[in-house]
Amino acid sequence: MIGSPSAANAFFPHRHLLGIEALSAAEIERLLDLADSYANLPKDDERARKLLRGRTVMNLFFETSTRTSTSFELAAKRLGADVIAMSVGTSSIKKGETLLDTAMTLNAMKPDVMVVRHNESGAVNLLSQKVDGSVINAGDGRHEHPTQALLDALTIRRRLGKLSGLLVAICGDILHSRVARSNIHLLTKMGARVRVIAPLTLLPSNIDRMGVEVFTDMKKGLKDVDIVMMLRLQLERMQGAYVPSTREYFRFYGLDYAKLALAKPDALIMHPGPMNRGVEIDSEVADDINRSVIREQVEMGVAVRMACLDALTRNLTGNQ
Amino acid sequence: MTPPPLPPHQTPRPPKKQDRPLALLNARLVDPASNRDETGGILVENGVIVAMGAQVTRANVSQDAEVQDCLGRVLAPGLIDMRVQLREPGEEHKETIETGSLAAAAGGVTSMVCLPNTDPVLDDVAGIEFIARRAREVRRVKIYCYGALTQGLEGKDLVEMGLLADSGALGFTDGLNAVRDVQVMRRALTYARSFDALVIQHPEESGLAAGGAMNNGELSTRLGIPGIPAYAEVMMIERDLHLVRASGARYHVAHVSTGAAVEAIRKAKQEGLRVTCDTAPPYFSLNENEIGDYRTFAKLSPPLRGEADRRAIAAGLADGVIDCIASDHAPHDVESKRVPFAQAEAGVIGLETLLPIVLEPYHKGAMSLLATLRCITSRPADVLGLPQGRLAKGVPADMVLLDIDRAYRIDVSKFRSKSKNSPYDGRPVQGLVLRTFVDGRTVFALEGERA
Repeated sequence: MIGSPSAANAFFPHRHLLGIEALSAAEIERLLDLADSYANLPKDDERARKLLRGRTVMNLFFETSTRTSTSFELAAKRLGADVIAMSVGTSSIKKGETLLDTAMTLNAMKPDVMVVRHNESGAVNLLSQKVDGSVINAGDGRHEHPTQALLDALTIRRRLGKLSGLLVAICGDILHSRVARSNIHLLTKMGARVRVIAPLTLLPSNIDRMGVEVFTDMKKGLKDVDIVMMLRLQLERMQGAYVPSTREYFRFYGLDYAKLALAKPDALIMHPGPMNRGVEIDSEVADDINRSVIREQVEMGVAVRMACLDALTRNLTGNQ
Repeated sequence: MTPPPLPPHQTPRPPKKQDRPLALLNARLVDPASNRDETGGILVENGVIVAMGAQVTRANVSQDAEVQDCLGRVLAPGLIDMRVQLREPGEEHKETIETGSLAAAAGGVTSMVCLPNTDPVLDDVAGIEFIARRAREVRRVKIYCYGALTQGLEGKDLVEMGLLADSGALGFTDGLNAVRDVQVMRRALTYARSFDALVIQHPEESGLAAGGAMNNGELSTRLGIPGIPAYAEVMMIERDLHLVRASGARYHVAHVSTGAAVEAIRKAKQEGLRVTCDTAPPYFSLNENEIGDYRTFAKLSPPLRGEADRRAIAAGLADGVIDCIASDHAPHDVESKRVPFAQAEAGVIGLETLLPIVLEPYHKGAMSLLATLRCITSRPADVLGLPQGRLAKGVPADMVLLDIDRAYRIDVSKFRSKSKNSPYDGRPVQGLVLRTFVDGRTVFALEGERA
């Protein structure tokens, strides 16, 4: 099914990938299937390399990132696209140009896909309204990070064969986390049960209305879960004192073997990275090759982003 | 000891000698101040109403009068909008006193009071006099202003309240800033009491509002936008009420947006405190869902609330706890709104939508016509100590002629306001301004209308 041109539009009927919330379960399933086939492909597969030949993918990161921007760049290159990476440090946004002025300027260079990260919720949505090509949200504020949720789902699916019926605990700084929001949308849509575990200062209001169970006691929250998804304690985003100390945080909300013992015996450990070892996750747990799938997540990231680029460019005209 | 009475807010300008008297005949005279709703005419001489009622007919009007048949349409006092931002001086690319006056006249607003949050801030006599001079030059509607409560709106040092009141400031407020320091607020209210000056508060507990961009709740969680809890409003009001009780000052709460605030103000009024309040049309006609996918035209301060609070504001208007409705006109150019939601400026324009949105509760049968119009005529006049806002002998002839039932869609592209940031574009409404009079002078007439 890779690159089959007849599947246009019906395959993924969206011009942009701005979030998981707007996707149906069937669309998510198709993206995951496609990503799965890319994951099985040798990295120098020649068929794949022709798919985006002549296409331009522009990475536009208004917020620093290592793994996501690299992962997108690699994904685009494996599909044969021309890739341009822009980061905020080198752009004129620091000279007072507005987000939309920058977007319009870059749009004039006719990129087929813009991969955008911004520190404000809704900024990628705003930008998508003003450009001609497709836009992929690589993370906007605390709103959504759809490719992260997709790569998490792919990782789980490849390990456990399904998403439906699983019990997943998302632990840590839910308040500031776009990863948590995208994962909540995706997992609940796909029939998994989701728990969130955090001190109340790190939980946004009415989070239960998003279809999750709320726990403040990690020992209770981890009971019988299939997946433990840890979030980074986003120290750089803290405007005030949400938690009194990292020491106290680790004691009650850090993942160590004692707490992990309460989950299912073979429960998987995930983390979107970058990790704060000794803050939200014990180093040994993070490196446990039997339990931790953190490295696999990174690997699946490339496959998922290849799938997203492929799916979106099928809807574009020209260069076919 | 009783404090000395407040000097006259503004010495009325002697009306220019009019060549001819103006007779408005066969109108439905609706005057909320006197609860009159009857057919009759109004006779205006030298900018002042000299006769009104059934006896004012063609037969009783002198030959030289300019006569207009109102065809039975509603003739009401001109609207008094007690809270607008005209952006002059300092941000003339968003609005000017001239464009704001055009918008006001088209919206049936004959008097408006602008906030001191201009650049420079209106915190000295020169600033107050500048507004008065520009209003005279533009000479369309009556423009008043509030003085800043603290110098530079910084919440520290008091302004010269006595001098500013003497030069025409109708009250004192730090505009969009709540006075955060309780000791400063205590002194401000106590000092204001010496002159019986009105103090107007933006009700928001500053610490809770800091960093927030919308109402706190499920929607802010889904959108990932930092929220401001609804109780931030009532917390500030309840804090201030202790100071009002102790000082005896006149305290007005601007744009209340929550049910809890309405209840706190209801109790304060029952207790006999000198407290009044207003709300703005968005708070009873829209809720937070208007934000949808990060729509910055629905970003306000205080933020649009949930549906329960919207209903509570509508109920507070219907039962009279909320005294007034102000447009809260806040013009912003495209560059201030076409940015990520959290970075966007808060506020919407309102001068040209005030009347039809205020009439919505009337058209829905929730409020009488007299009660709805009272919120934008006699009540704000009473709070501000202005003689207009009513139809009566001896009162300035500030009036608006309305087609009260006319249905149309709001079309922002036709607005006179320089900025177009309205959340109401395309909304079907009823109630159209046909003609606006200030001191008997026509300052707006709808094109193509006979009346």
